Amino acid sequence: MGTLPELFAAWFAARGWSPRAHQLALLEAAGAGRSALLVAPTGGGKTLAGFLPSLVDLAKNPRPGLHTLYISPLKALAVDIARNLTAPVAEMGLPIRIEARTGDTPVNRRQRQRADPPHLLLTTPESLTLLLASPEAAQMFAGLHAVVVDEIHALAGTKRGDQLTLCLSRLATLAPAARRVGLSATVAHPDPLRAFIAPDGQAESVALVLGEDGAPPKLEIILPEGHLPWGGHMGLASAPEIYRRIETAGVTIVFVNTRAQAELIFQALWRLNEAVLPIGLHHGSLTVEQRRKVEAAMAVGRLRAVVATASLDLGIDWGAVDQVIQVGAPKGVARLLQRVGRANHRMDEASNAVLVPANRFEVIECTAAIEAIAAHELDGDPPRPGGIDVLAQHILAMACSAPFLPDELYAEVLRASPYAALTRKDFDDCLRFVEDGGYALQAYERFRKLFRDAEGRIHVRDTRVARQLRMNLGTIVETPLVKVKLRGGPILGEVEEWFISTLTIGDCFIFAGQLLQYERLDPTAAIVSRGGEGSPRVPAYAGSRMPLTTWLAARVRAILSDPRRWGGLPEPVRDWLAMQRLRSELPPRDGLLVETFPRGGRWFLVAYTFEGKLAHQTLGMLLTRRMEHAGLGPLGFLGTDYVLAIWSAFEPTDIAHLFQEDILGEELEEWIADSSMLRRTFRNIATIAGLLEKHHPGAEKSGKAMTMNADLIYDVLRRHEPDHILLRATRAEAAGGLTDIARIAALLARARQGGIRHRVLEQVSPLAVPALIEEGREWIAGGAEDSLLAEAEALVAEATDGTDHFYGLLAEVTDAVPSRGERHVPRRGGGPRKSRFIRHAGKAVTG
Amino acid sequence: MIAAPLHLAGERLALDPAGVLAWPAQRLLAVADLHLEKGSAAATRGRFLPPYDTRETLSRLAPLLRRWSPQVLVFLGDSFHDRDGSSRLAAAERGMLAAMLAGIRVIWALGNHDPVAPHDLPGEAVEELSLGPLVFRHIARLGANAEISGHFHPKATMPTRAGGVTRPCFLADGRRVVLPAFGAFCGGLDVRDPALAAHFPRGGRAFLLGRDRLYSFPTRAPALA
Repeated sequence: MGTLPELFAAWFAARGWSPRAHQLALLEAAGAGRSALLVAPTGGGKTLAGFLPSLVDLAKNPRPGLHTLYISPLKALAVDIARNLTAPVAEMGLPIRIEARTGDTPVNRRQRQRADPPHLLLTTPESLTLLLASPEAAQMFAGLHAVVVDEIHALAGTKRGDQLTLCLSRLATLAPAARRVGLSATVAHPDPLRAFIAPDGQAESVALVLGEDGAPPKLEIILPEGHLPWGGHMGLASAPEIYRRIETAGVTIVFVNTRAQAELIFQALWRLNEAVLPIGLHHGSLTVEQRRKVEAAMAVGRLRAVVATASLDLGIDWGAVDQVIQVGAPKGVARLLQRVGRANHRMDEASNAVLVPANRFEVIECTAAIEAIAAHELDGDPPRPGGIDVLAQHILAMACSAPFLPDELYAEVLRASPYAALTRKDFDDCLRFVEDGGYALQAYERFRKLFRDAEGRIHVRDTRVARQLRMNLGTIVETPLVKVKLRGGPILGEVEEWFISTLTIGDCFIFAGQLLQYERLDPTAAIVSRGGEGSPRVPAYAGSRMPLTTWLAARVRAILSDPRRWGGLPEPVRDWLAMQRLRSELPPRDGLLVETFPRGGRWFLVAYTFEGKLAHQTLGMLLTRRMEHAGLGPLGFLGTDYVLAIWSAFEPTDIAHLFQEDILGEELEEWIADSSMLRRTFRNIATIAGLLEKHHPGAEKSGKAMTMNADLIYDVLRRHEPDHILLRATRAEAAGGLTDIARIAALLARARQGGIRHRVLEQVSPLAVPALIEEGREWIAGGAEDSLLAEAEALVAEATDGTDHFYGLLAEVTDAVPSRGERHVPRRGGGPRKSRFIRHAGKAVTG
Repeated sequence: MIAAPLHLAGERLALDPAGVLAWPAQRLLAVADLHLEKGSAAATRGRFLPPYDTRETLSRLAPLLRRWSPQVLVFLGDSFHDRDGSSRLAAAERGMLAAMLAGIRVIWALGNHDPVAPHDLPGEAVEELSLGPLVFRHIARLGANAEISGHFHPKATMPTRAGGVTRPCFLADGRRVVLPAFGAFCGGLDVRDPALAAHFPRGGRAFLLGRDRLYSFPTRAPALA
């Protein structure tokens, strides 16, 4: 165990503190020159622990030059930490300069930092990449002693994490002696994080330091007064209870799962807000200024509550948060714990948190999460291989810094743990992609970005390349967004373009906590005014819902299947499960329960699969194709986080055949090639790799918005060079990065081993009700079906009233309009029966 | 494949769901905004788009020439993505294009992207072409009549029961037709955009391209207004 020098010990003592064991352990590791990973709950003095060895070293042995580099996933966090460290350094009179460097740092200061770096530099992965891309990188980092990576659990397994490990590898080349420190919140599996931060990609090279556990959080579930809803995910029925909780506590964060839910809960709370409590709203679509305003108000205690999405999951210490309320199911244990930790950033006091399930299934999920936390069991995703697109960006950055030999860069890249298994072929293809596109048809020889000299060193062609790198830097790709602007007023934030495209003039919607009426689209923004009539819509965001983790799903199944574990459940839920046992049976812990029953002139198949919405949507596509082949006439399906429901014209029999594992063979291949998931993945990869220009938030689209369309490029490339490195990367990421295929495979294997329980019922079972209530609501992304229907209806009326007569009969116009949800499904030639929802929709063009 | 009939200045025209316009009485076919060599144009600026767009666009045009076997083929401008596009045309694609155009009277209406006649290709380059009552040009003129043009790459989004569906489209009223962009790498401009809507002061009708037919909707309907 390390010991504190006198100066530091005195400083701790003056505050009535004593150094924590993990702080001393990090000192010791640093003394031995070892890298270390500190895993400790929020509020454990983690950040100070990370810096302490550097402060001690600089106090003992003052010298100029960059000593320690700190990297955080959040700009705000880097700035905040710089401020927090300045106090102890000043109080101890240490000769240490601390500065932050982010995208917001003024240019003159950035220049000065390169010429005369501070002792401690606090930055983000993106800013670090830029620093490393500069020709001065070698000189600037040569004397580096330590790298501290904060919130490492939030970076590992993401593309930003990939980028960071590549940068760390480069830093190790420039400063081989620099040790690394990773700081992480409590995680289930620290070893992948140790490997992530390790200089050689091996977990064993990194000392593991565990902080003391904080006081266990106090968690409780509250239910709405009166009826417990069967379906829905918004939790609006509990708004009065949430409001009462806000009234009784000092400061509350109300966490929700989606931005749409944030808007609705915020509205609901303000309707109840007779005491006019200051309640704010925080989500990723609001303007940065608005978010900063809310954060600032929160920090000085001017807000009683803030309704927030994942935008507040990480980040700065808000000081006195008294309670956290999670509305809707937590979806994952680690995520819930992270959120709960936002209350009371002091580890010796218990965090208070309240879970507000929105429906009966969510009650069970909340119960499962609380049990898991009590049992100290967390979920976590296994590590995944690093992205080729990120590597392409990195190769270009390294070329901008200095000429390199491919062999040397390849060896350096392999030392980054996500790339440890990168093949030389993939590396070379990626390098060729950066050079000239890497196409089999070598059309771009004369436009190459990189060239090789006689010794085989790779150089950049000119300085324009560096500019392009800066424009394209980063691994976060925005979906096309449209600003929302009040007529004659400020910009309120941004919503996804497709949502605006479904609005009609006069439609009203809820955004930024206000009721707004859509007026028109001008070249730079959607213009709105306040107010409006009719039932408002809420912008939904594609892919904003987190799926239930595999691990939590297993716990939910375990509770459901075992009545002895129902004791903690509220009475309406117990009654509901008991009724299920009577009318059908409980979903088994292993194996699979499938119910079929007739209702309203069609047949329903409900499978209790518990693998999350994404996996269920994919499985739904596959199963309905198979049912189509079997002549069962599937009409539609719906996946919730818990079950998959399919309705068909004929009674589904031979359920075992439907759920055979070979469904993941040819049918999957066929489906996947044209799926929108793959297109989305390609768009992100092409943007990060530098093929497409990055959408810059704030940059205004020209009136003639003809941006390069990723879908069109995907189609052309797929037809002419299906084996191109970017398509390979797209397929690899879709197969590995999205876990839904793996989850379906696991589910089918479980069904085979545990057996399929098929119950033919006369009517809907109690457990199936929540899914059937959702029918037609969550079937569509965004859940705006009603207004869509109304619009389509009005449209048909218009289309047939027109004076000019076209060939279209009413049926022709309405029946054959292919819809977005359908375009996953390519046409099957001459099958036995065409269902209403599987119909070929040619190429859809957007953008 | 069902082409939609459309009457303009008393002439019967056909809108092909592939995005080209035929005038059967004159054995004329019009196609807009091919933006050939857009891929290589991006490559000159360091974005290495797949170099297959020209090949793809031409291979989509070839069957349409067989279907309509026109005597006159009018390119409505922006046939090449930039002034130098026709010079960058690779030998294979140049040969493919020359073979396709053999025996056809070819009119290259000049566009803002390609304000000069294409290099070493058959045909005559014109600012605009008047034929019978109709005029063909790249950019629509406000208030013009019986006009067929391109330039805007019109697209429209139809709300359906499962969300909006966006497709390139023809945009027409009783006085003019704007063709969708034909090029493989061409995105679109929403028909509601003021730059395009200004040409249709009383609203128009959008014909969304489909696999076998067009889907037509008035742009002034509540859903598209």
